[in-house]
Amino acid sequence: MKIFERFLHIDRRIIFVLIFIGVALPLIWTLGFNLEVTENVQSVYDLLEGLDPGTRILISFDYGPSTKPEIQPMTIALMEQAFTSRLRIIAIALWPMGVQMCNEAFEKVSAEYPNIEYGIDFINLGYKAGGMVTINHMAKDFRSTFPADAGGNPIDEFPIMKDIKNFDKLGCVISLSAGDPGLKQWVMIAHDTFGKPVVGGTTAVQAPTMLPYVNEQQQLVGLLGGLKGAAEYELLVNKPGFATKGMDAQSVAHLIIIFFILIGNIGYFATRKQKDTLKA
Amino acid sequence: MRRQIPLLITFFVGTLIIVSEFIPHKPFGNLSTSLEGWFLIISGFAIILGQLNLFKVNIIKISRKAPNWPYYVIALVSFSVMVICGALWGTQQQPGLIPISDKMLNFFGYKPFDYIFKYIFENLSATMFSLLAFFMASASYRAFRARSPESTLLLVAAVLVMLGRTTIGSTLTGWIPDSLGFLHLPNIASFIMKYPNTAGQRAILICAGLGVIGSSLRIILGIERSYLGGK
Amino acid sequence: MRVYILLIILIFLSFTLCAQDITFTAADNTNDDGDAIILEWNAPPSVPEMIISRSIDKENYIEIARITPLLKTYIDDDNIEDGQEYYYKLSVLNEDGDIVQSFTASAIPKAQWFNTDKISLLIMTLLLGSAIIYFIFSARKGKRLYIRKISGLDTIEEAVGRATEMGKPILFVPGINDLDDMQTIAGLNILGHLAEKVAQYDSTIYVPVCRSMVLSTAKEIVKESYLRAGRPDAFNPDSVFYLTDDQFGYVAGVDGIIMREKPAANFYLGAFYAESLILAETGFESGAIQIAGTAMPTQIPFFVAACDYTLIGEELFAASAYLSNEPNQLGSLKGQDVGKAIIIITLLVGIVLEIFGIHFLKDFLATH
Repeated sequence: MKIFERFLHIDRRIIFVLIFIGVALPLIWTLGFNLEVTENVQSVYDLLEGLDPGTRILISFDYGPSTKPEIQPMTIALMEQAFTSRLRIIAIALWPMGVQMCNEAFEKVSAEYPNIEYGIDFINLGYKAGGMVTINHMAKDFRSTFPADAGGNPIDEFPIMKDIKNFDKLGCVISLSAGDPGLKQWVMIAHDTFGKPVVGGTTAVQAPTMLPYVNEQQQLVGLLGGLKGAAEYELLVNKPGFATKGMDAQSVAHLIIIFFILIGNIGYFATRKQKDTLKA
Repeated sequence: MRRQIPLLITFFVGTLIIVSEFIPHKPFGNLSTSLEGWFLIISGFAIILGQLNLFKVNIIKISRKAPNWPYYVIALVSFSVMVICGALWGTQQQPGLIPISDKMLNFFGYKPFDYIFKYIFENLSATMFSLLAFFMASASYRAFRARSPESTLLLVAAVLVMLGRTTIGSTLTGWIPDSLGFLHLPNIASFIMKYPNTAGQRAILICAGLGVIGSSLRIILGIERSYLGGK
Repeated sequence: MRVYILLIILIFLSFTLCAQDITFTAADNTNDDGDAIILEWNAPPSVPEMIISRSIDKENYIEIARITPLLKTYIDDDNIEDGQEYYYKLSVLNEDGDIVQSFTASAIPKAQWFNTDKISLLIMTLLLGSAIIYFIFSARKGKRLYIRKISGLDTIEEAVGRATEMGKPILFVPGINDLDDMQTIAGLNILGHLAEKVAQYDSTIYVPVCRSMVLSTAKEIVKESYLRAGRPDAFNPDSVFYLTDDQFGYVAGVDGIIMREKPAANFYLGAFYAESLILAETGFESGAIQIAGTAMPTQIPFFVAACDYTLIGEELFAASAYLSNEPNQLGSLKGQDVGKAIIIITLLVGIVLEIFGIHFLKDFLATH
């Protein structure tokens, strides 16, 4: 029975070591667990695949470094699909650190697509404060909201920005969001007021709050939620990356946690039974 | 008087904000936004207070050679280095007082502030964030015991969501035919997150909202004065 | 001659084909500050593009927007002045970008004194406010009110006593949001009661803060608490100190304090985000008794798992009233409960109505 009592008081350092090993090893050696693509993620992919080559899409970087591990992989997968399908990306940020996230993602993806040219296939218009007010303004007068790119160059110099005066010429809006301002505001303005298709990527914690917007009215056409959503998207674009490896690590970590929960409960019931027997 | 004036200001401003929520006409329409702007300006200046306090507390501990005093030196040095780098050479978005030399740019690849931010600060933040993974495991091991029917329900729901949100869940129940798709672990996990979890969170939010209303009314009416230091 | 007749017929035909049955109206945008005009039209999808122009004198029109017929409305809020008449022209373009038709409309924007979209909000506010004020006055008249036990708050005195016996300090963390968050104010209200107990017991309290404004307020609260307890000399101004605005920098600092100072009791009362579990687990490891309270639904489970007592949502806001035991404040808690009852009834009625396809309650309660 002593072993069952030990189950109740496992030193947490043992738990930490096992979690460390469980998370680290799959990141080095991919285990390749089967991943299923869910409907919400498939909808995002289908929307982008359905756009004609040369269509411009708007990506809003509404997150920062703290949520980068969850959202950056989906950003990279989306950009990879866009460049493969010859879509053109207009990037903006409603969070200050979003500009940096955009630059890092573009740096990584453009290395694999040497034909992609800044100003023709991609542009980073930088950060603008104001959240919903900014989105509303963009929808009415894009050029005065973002008169220059992140480097301070007037947008008139860039072919990608030709004829962009509002949301009309955009194929869709993608908001990669970790909070407020973010996806909710894009749905309210870009879709509800101006009828543009909107898709989003959020953290796993935030995803349940955004799911009601994936409805018959298609306020959100689809939603990528957390690392799993990013991994599913990497599977769809056939470019496994950090999210796929991360899912293996996350799966193993969850199994370890469940194992310890079971051990704890076995110890609890075994010792409780013993106590009840002694009482009787 | 010392107590009366703040209470009067609180009552007046609080009532004004509530009333202005319903009146679009000038000057009420933009009142909330203006006051929020004032708050941001004041809190911007208040940052100086915080930094001075940081310096004062750390310098006192260093001068008294309090236990672990070298760490307080490191804190002040780190703070000063970031401020100096940011002020002198600026950041990627903002120019500094002096332009950065090509030699420095080639060496770091970034401006010094951005370099420290990217390679030290971001990694330290990520490290602290990653502690959650370890603590989550130890907290779950300790907390999820089937002591009662409610805790058993919590335990079962937690295990189902943990399995369903990962590839393990898809692998374990991938063989289930579509007609029994509701037994597929990812679907069960989605159901739990979408319905009971959302309902519970909304209930807490509604009650917290009521708590905010009650608390705010008490403060506006001057019944609660603890924030002023009073009883 | 024939050429001229043919030309006239062609021009007439092009106008006839292009002449669409389009209505164009301009009206004051309601429920605003008189700074917007709403333009509406109906145009067939075959129209490639339209231009909206604006003038204040009916003569000099300036283009303000180019739109496709997918849009049916446009809100012009660019430099609109209350009371000034504005004239609008909707110009329909053909495939070549030439204007083939024009429609005009005018409107005078007016500021409204009441936002009719918020009637439901006003009714709910008045109902809840009246309930709370009624019970405050009821309690003042001496009516006894039953408030259920909140274990976390009853343990405060025990926690302070424990800390005094062990000769260890108490740690109070007021969350990581600024003073504009009600949770921070609720936390600071509890700090006042706690600090008074600490002063009475001659114990030590540390209050690391994340925001400069919270620093000033917390310092003042603790100082006043020591004064009320008759121990102004015991107050240490450095016991309330600023760490950093950064979330993870702050939690690293607080964790360091917990591991070095080994407080006997930790209080986490305010707004928390991802750092909640890091704080609570570190505190658990140090062996302290932990009382937490937050209204963030995503963080409550972490506190419940790792702390001894947790104030969930409204309990945090009720804490100050509960601790003071003043009839005024307890009355407001009763009013909140009535508010809860009103919401529950509204929810149940709404669910039944929605099941039967009656949407008026949902439409009435939705804010725009």
